[in-house]
Amino acid sequence: MKEYVMGNGAIGLAALAAGVNLVSGYPGTPSSEIVETIAKYPHNGVHVEWSVNEKAAMEVAAAASYSGARTLVTMKQVGLNVASDPLMSLAYVGVKGGMVVVSADDPGPISSQTEQDTRRFAEFARIPVFDPASPEEAYEMIGDAYECSEKHNTPVLFRPTTRVDHAYAAIEHPEHTVPKKYPGFIKDSSKWVIFPRLSFANHAMIEKRNVEIGEEFSAYRFNTVEGGDSEKAVVASGISYSYAKEFLKDHPDVKLIRVATPYPFPESFMKKALTGVKEVLCLEELSPYNEEQIAKLCGRNGILLTIRGKLTGDVPASGELSTNMIEGILQGYLGLPKESDGIDMSDAPKLPVRPPVLCAGCPHRASFYAVKKAMKGRKCYFCGDIGCYTLGNAQPLDMCDTCLCMGAGITMAQGFSWVDKEGIAFAFVGDSTFFASGMTGVVNAVYNNANMILCVLDNSTTAMTGHQPHPGTGRNMMGDIVAKVDIASVLQGIGLTKVVTVNPLNLTEAMGTVRQCADLPGVKAIIFKSPCVAITKPSGRCHVNENCINCGACIREIGCPALIRVDGQTTIDPNLCTGCGLCSQICPVGAIEEVAR
Amino acid sequence: MKKDILICGVGGQGTVLASKIIAASASEAGDPVHSAETIGMAQRGGPVTSHVRIGEGAYSPLIPFGSADMILAFEPAEAVRNLRYLKKDGIVIVNSVPVKPVTESLMPTGYDGTEMTEYLKKKCTCIVIDGEALCRPFGSSRYFNIAILGVAAASGRLGIAKEIVLSEIERRVPAKYIEANKAAFQAGAEIGAQYAVN
Repeated sequence: MKEYVMGNGAIGLAALAAGVNLVSGYPGTPSSEIVETIAKYPHNGVHVEWSVNEKAAMEVAAAASYSGARTLVTMKQVGLNVASDPLMSLAYVGVKGGMVVVSADDPGPISSQTEQDTRRFAEFARIPVFDPASPEEAYEMIGDAYECSEKHNTPVLFRPTTRVDHAYAAIEHPEHTVPKKYPGFIKDSSKWVIFPRLSFANHAMIEKRNVEIGEEFSAYRFNTVEGGDSEKAVVASGISYSYAKEFLKDHPDVKLIRVATPYPFPESFMKKALTGVKEVLCLEELSPYNEEQIAKLCGRNGILLTIRGKLTGDVPASGELSTNMIEGILQGYLGLPKESDGIDMSDAPKLPVRPPVLCAGCPHRASFYAVKKAMKGRKCYFCGDIGCYTLGNAQPLDMCDTCLCMGAGITMAQGFSWVDKEGIAFAFVGDSTFFASGMTGVVNAVYNNANMILCVLDNSTTAMTGHQPHPGTGRNMMGDIVAKVDIASVLQGIGLTKVVTVNPLNLTEAMGTVRQCADLPGVKAIIFKSPCVAITKPSGRCHVNENCINCGACIREIGCPALIRVDGQTTIDPNLCTGCGLCSQICPVGAIEEVAR
Repeated sequence: MKKDILICGVGGQGTVLASKIIAASASEAGDPVHSAETIGMAQRGGPVTSHVRIGEGAYSPLIPFGSADMILAFEPAEAVRNLRYLKKDGIVIVNSVPVKPVTESLMPTGYDGTEMTEYLKKKCTCIVIDGEALCRPFGSSRYFNIAILGVAAASGRLGIAKEIVLSEIERRVPAKYIEANKAAFQAGAEIGAQYAVN
């Protein structure tokens, strides 16, 4: 059947068509919809799970692949860092059933901490990587990736970027798919138990094998040469190839070399493609990967070639590319006149800036505000984490002093408390992030006698990435109702003696709890529990009555998007307000009241 | 048919549904379609865009500058922010109702959208609609995404028959909201018909 799906959907459907047996992953933009697609379609007999983090996902899949089952593991690029421990070793041990690890890169970055490049990770781990340029290609390449994985008994990386993940196209896919039959695990400790001797032997085998894979890739159908026989050629990969093609369709004389399998680099293919070429321009995002591979190739083979790209400053070193940037770069490179496209905007009025903010009624706002008010005048460290609540850094809340990586806030709070015994260290972590990588940090705090306050912002979902379930929600991706892992019980089990659950929307109670915890020694935890407003029906709404003295305190204090001024009068946007009531507890004259919706 | 359509607004205004309906309608009409969405952190009150590319030869999922046949803007400043995508003879259908940034209440700049609509009128062919007035009979500005599709379809510039768009709306909207959405589409279509170019 033909269906209009997102690139991530195409990847999920392709895995089903390839007979995948087990799918695991951890949500992260731009990768999240792959697992969601598979869970949504008929997947008779396929195990699908949101794992607790990327490392867990990789290890669950490893055992299935040892058993001959086909597996798909999905994550965003920074998730690959979390999964790198099992991946690096798995690269040495190898797999039996095909294992495709999707690590979605995010040039820009649009929703990520780093602009790291999964192609580098493939080279580092010595495993093959596929680099699709469109949803249609991603669909076809997944099948190729499984074949490559099984032929060479290696995990294979698959790296789409945001613009491929979130692009839509019509995909022809089978309506009914059948999971592959697999033999089951055959015990062989000389094969499946990693020991130095095995690693030494396999390392040599892998290096030899990668030369062979490079040769196979040289004949791969998506490594292509298009256009004429120009002396000035263009090398592109991934979405940059699609952008280049958009421009070069009107310049068919220019040679366009496309690399779809960055590692092992298809050397024979590239050598042949470069015949007669004097100068190449490498168009790629994130890092100058192809550019460096070509430089190495030329060095080894004594090829004289001018190589331009990021290293020569012809292509920006950071940020994502676009059709227009590539058009400009190519016009310069090919010596074509720069045509002005579209409307002259030099006289455009100044545009409003729209930084992302916490939603109107978001309980995180109330949690941050309670801590802020309760700790007014005291020296504090507010360690943030990864999730919607990173947005607590914005004015007027200004409640996020640090944000590093998943779970880091908890351990960083401990670090601050050791170097400044006067300060009070707070860590803010969401419920999903707590399960993903927060718990071990709490054990570290208890074990080392740290002084800190853990604030779990529990909204019962993984909100930022699109509301995925997690161990605390009582639902999983197989559609089962499962036991909820209770955060308070986990913390008590770790040994915390002070664990308090409060409703952040009750400001007085929340502030009282914060004050009480701040004066106790050791590790304390406050669970601010209130559901995400994006998936909850609003209880009511708030309304500004005639008692309002227009002091603006509500706006200044909490910065809720529903609080606005109309013709100078403070008012509440009824379309945005969820009736959380936080502002009504702040108003000095009681001018904000809750009314029915 | 070959058409590039850009839909823009502020996170939460329902631009994604509008883009999906256009893409599905074009596909239903027999044309190859590609599109791209802003997803993730930017959705939280930030500017959002959807690029819909109808017809052969669209390699990039994003529309190049100066190529869009039509911009459907849910907010006046977002129309200006994306105006570089418009073809010289393209058309902008824009909601005159501004969405003030959250920072506006804290640090007022006086932004009210009028400067934007004035600029648009000066620079290109545009249909300015008062989304608030248009949606008032339906009780919520959330119907704007469907109403603007009515304007676009009836203007004749979308290149897709009104009936096809309407049937895609019916397919995608929850049953209890179908009647209100159909009415919103019709209300938009009445405005679009005044500008029809058939």
